[in-house]
Amino acid sequence: MPPGPESFLHFGTLDALAAGDSPVHRLDPRAKVLATGLFILTVASFGRYEVAALLPFALFPAALMALGGIPAAFIGRRALAALPFVLLLAAFNPLLDRAPMLTLGPLGVSGGWVSFASILLRFLLTVGSALVLVATTSLDGVCLGLEKLGLPRAFTQQVAFLHRYAFVLGAETVRIHRARTLRAFGRKVSPREFAALAGQLLLRAWDRAGRVHVAMLSRGFTGHLPARRPLRWKGSDLLFTACCAALFGALRLWSLPRFLGNLAAHAFTGGRP
Amino acid sequence: MSAIIEAVDLAYRYPDGTEALRGLTFSIQAGETVAIVGANGAGKSTLLHHLNGTVTPARGTLAIDGLPLTGAHLVEIRRRVGMVFQDPDDQLFMPTVAEDVGFGPRNLGLPPDEVEARVQGALALVEALALGPKPPYRLSAGEKRRVAIATALAMEPAILVMDEPTSGLDPRSRRQLCRLLKAFEFTKIIATHDLDLVLDLCPRTLVIHGGLIMADGPTLEIFRDEDLLATCHLEKPLSMQGCPVCGG
Amino acid sequence: MHMSDALVSPAVGGGFWVVSGLALYRCGRKAAGAPVPLTGVLGAFVFAIQMVNFAIPGTGSSGHLGGGLLLAILLGPQAAFLTIASVLLVQALFFADGGLLALGCNLFNMGFIPAFVTFPLLYRPLAGRARATGTLLAAVAALGLGAAAVALETRLSGISSLPFRTFLAALVPLHLAIGLVEGAATLAVVRFLTRARPELLREGTGPRWPAAVLVGAMALFTGGCLSWAASRNPDGLEWAVARVQGPAPATPLAGDTLHRTLARVRAGAPMPDYAFRGQAAPTRGQTSLSGLLGGLMTLALVAAAALGLRGLKASTQARKPGHAARP
Repeated sequence: MPPGPESFLHFGTLDALAAGDSPVHRLDPRAKVLATGLFILTVASFGRYEVAALLPFALFPAALMALGGIPAAFIGRRALAALPFVLLLAAFNPLLDRAPMLTLGPLGVSGGWVSFASILLRFLLTVGSALVLVATTSLDGVCLGLEKLGLPRAFTQQVAFLHRYAFVLGAETVRIHRARTLRAFGRKVSPREFAALAGQLLLRAWDRAGRVHVAMLSRGFTGHLPARRPLRWKGSDLLFTACCAALFGALRLWSLPRFLGNLAAHAFTGGRP
Repeated sequence: MSAIIEAVDLAYRYPDGTEALRGLTFSIQAGETVAIVGANGAGKSTLLHHLNGTVTPARGTLAIDGLPLTGAHLVEIRRRVGMVFQDPDDQLFMPTVAEDVGFGPRNLGLPPDEVEARVQGALALVEALALGPKPPYRLSAGEKRRVAIATALAMEPAILVMDEPTSGLDPRSRRQLCRLLKAFEFTKIIATHDLDLVLDLCPRTLVIHGGLIMADGPTLEIFRDEDLLATCHLEKPLSMQGCPVCGG
Repeated sequence: MHMSDALVSPAVGGGFWVVSGLALYRCGRKAAGAPVPLTGVLGAFVFAIQMVNFAIPGTGSSGHLGGGLLLAILLGPQAAFLTIASVLLVQALFFADGGLLALGCNLFNMGFIPAFVTFPLLYRPLAGRARATGTLLAAVAALGLGAAAVALETRLSGISSLPFRTFLAALVPLHLAIGLVEGAATLAVVRFLTRARPELLREGTGPRWPAAVLVGAMALFTGGCLSWAASRNPDGLEWAVARVQGPAPATPLAGDTLHRTLARVRAGAPMPDYAFRGQAAPTRGQTSLSGLLGGLMTLALVAAAALGLRGLKASTQARKPGHAARP
């Protein structure tokens, strides 16, 4: 689902958040990338009917948001905006998987609804952690981390250029689109018009790339971009990564909600389930 | 004293056949501030692109600081000539201002401390130290302009070449830029439509029209030559025209 | 067509990460033959142009340009692959459009297939004299194959309950239609460029027979898929399997496993993998009420921890001078 024109504002907000300063921001980007990767992998490794066991994982993005000063409402809105497509797919689960699986007191809940809830939860967790990663590390930081972790330089440099010029080209697109709308009197963009618009923008982009290249050459560029600043693992980074790995492993193997639930059940019902 | 820029019969033709430059001959001494003026399409930008070897002339010779414009000397020439383009967005392509200003020094192979020193020095010269960690798209037009100049200054050039430095700037930014440029002591070559800037900053002016040099001399003389200005589709600077309010 | 992490298993996600990662690595090493400013700026262009919708004549709906095929036409397969990868990464990180674990899958579906399969096999050979056909075929094939891949990857992950056939039957025809729109839009832009700046476009080369084979295979595949999906009887599969097994009796265990697997496939139940192992957990032992209670308590704990951390951060920040306001 392509983002609309207002999406370019989102770029700016996430970048602004990433420019903040907090203990989370100061962590080595590799540590954050690894932790997030491990998080997503662990969440994805749960069985399709797991719901309760997934809940404690919310601690990871929640803690990072709290310590990093990232507004939860913003992340929540961004996550929800991407929800519809997944919701559509997930909605088939309750429809197709009708065998009752649990009982909540008098209510019977089918396996389909359980897996539906699981999918939603996975979605929120994985999307939330990805957004928090960018919000606390910046795209440039993530690229630097990925580069040091082994991704090719040519690729990460390209992502940086994309990011740099997305705003510029986005603004050009909005301008050219607006100019067209002012003389369109309500008619939608026809395929012919689109070809002209896209073609113009493409040529402008191509020419701009040429000028940027000239600018790079003018400052001594010889085809190899100079090396990025070296990253050094600090004790805090290693500790962070290790703790995250341990936490995810523990939560994967042991369900906190079940433990708490059992405690509660024992407390209220005197031992009788 | 040998000239820092020596051009003899410089000519250039676009791929589609249009002759952009039809034989320019001029020389510029070290320390001069020279303006290049002319109507749109006269060939100003094309001439500027020759000055750092972005473009190779079809005919004629060009020597920068004694070095002829050939492949072997290109790196050295680009070290000496700092170029500031018309659109700062073309020039600021790194994720942050500091990285952009440091791009040139890093390409020169300087050690990281030296790079950092040059970045700080260049940003200080253009009064933009606070902008270091910012991404370029968050800068205002005036800030972008100054940072773009800093990217060239970080190379510690002997010659600074600028293409329309004041276009799109609000009066205050423009004033600030003028002041900065006045303080720079190296050779400056400025292609511009801003004739008041020329009057303020550049004792010498080259007038280009139709790919040829129509005039090369003291700025004030050129701006007093009304026939010349008319032929070249130019006007007197506003500060030299009669005051529309009091008629003086 | 972006796959979310919510529907991907580590095995599928990881597997495709390896495949796409290798391709990315190789393309990166070759430096792709195009300067970085160009591929980066064109990536930004693709990003920007995806915002612009145009009306599809005859229908009430609108389409947009995905850009994968166009990139391949302008930059060649390796550079296009890198560019598509960068677009997908930014989409995944900034817009939650596609997951990070699923990035390998998405890159394969939307990058590898158009750049290394349909572009060289369908567009290149036909671009010389039958460019319109080549463009449309390449786009349709790329989206159709991509959609089939999505269905396959979703099924292999085992998290969605959608049976493979149903998903395929829903996704592939839809994406064939989308492919037609994509092809038409790409063709229109290519035509514009041919008039305006022909030197930007690469020449079409390559033998034609792979195109014919691929088109033929795709037609068979699509037809086969659709009829299989439409048919109520999956016996064809079992029959084929039984035939392959031959007259020699299979060991009881193998046959039993196979039979159970097939039975499960028919019922739309998960295939044996992580999902299956996990299935037993919530139904074991105690009533679900305690599970619900436990869940609520966990959430409460997490929320409390988060608020506590925020409070801690706020109090330490207040002590620091010059604290900038949040945008």
